[in-house]
Amino acid sequence: MGAALRVEHGVDRRRYQEWVRAAEPRPHVAAALLRAFLAGGMICTVGQGVLNLLRASGLSEKEAAAPLAVAMVFLGSAATALGVYDNLAKVAGMGAALPITGFSNAMTAPAMEYKREGYVLGLGSRVFSVAGPVLVYGFATAWLLAMVSWLLSRVGIHWGLAG
Amino acid sequence: MSYLWAFAVGGALCALAEAVVLVTRLTPAHVMVMFVVLGAVAGAFGLYEPLVRLAGAGATVPLPGFGFALVQGAMEDVHRLGWVGAFSGGLRATGAGLKAAVVFALAASLVANPRR
Repeated sequence: MGAALRVEHGVDRRRYQEWVRAAEPRPHVAAALLRAFLAGGMICTVGQGVLNLLRASGLSEKEAAAPLAVAMVFLGSAATALGVYDNLAKVAGMGAALPITGFSNAMTAPAMEYKREGYVLGLGSRVFSVAGPVLVYGFATAWLLAMVSWLLSRVGIHWGLAG
Repeated sequence: MSYLWAFAVGGALCALAEAVVLVTRLTPAHVMVMFVVLGAVAGAFGLYEPLVRLAGAGATVPLPGFGFALVQGAMEDVHRLGWVGAFSGGLRATGAGLKAAVVFALAASLVANPRR
């Protein structure tokens, strides 16, 4: 009787997911990948242009890393303020989200959106709603790997870059 | 030539991330976290640096490059300063970009409003 009831009133999780899958609009996979590739490639090409300018001004590859990041973050933020970046993200998906300009967009967009809820608990807290998780797990991973490298170096094993 | 590699590698990383979104149905935020962590791990094993040398901004501008910068900074500082370097190094290496993201987000919110 229990089994009969389940068939009648409940929907098995797997069958439900099959229905959802069948009903969902199917993304055109190849086109989505191409759009992500082109958008991401173009953003990185702009980045390479900035990098080449910085190198031409006499900075080493290493010294150029910080100003390059600042410049790309500025571009992402400015494009978000102009309303351009969110349109790009709709078309390009991860092609817009994965470059550091997307990280910048993920902070600027909520800053613009939630300032109406106040500058402290609105803007101030929501600004990290996507960037926060990226920082939490990025920091934790880098800390852990560096600690492992340091501990190994104390017992004479050299592992990890710059180790 | 540097532009071609930057385009190809940067584009390929983004297409790979898009493929992960399409296959796993994770949100973009999940995939962003995943790629930062992967960049850090690949960096620690010495796998990301060759990609940076090949593709320049094509490898450093996408988020795995952020993870790489975090771990590179942490590794440098931990071997220079001891354990405290594991805490300070990641931020030293990425602080400029992070602070820029905060400053420009604030500035944008002061001069612009979201489109409806």
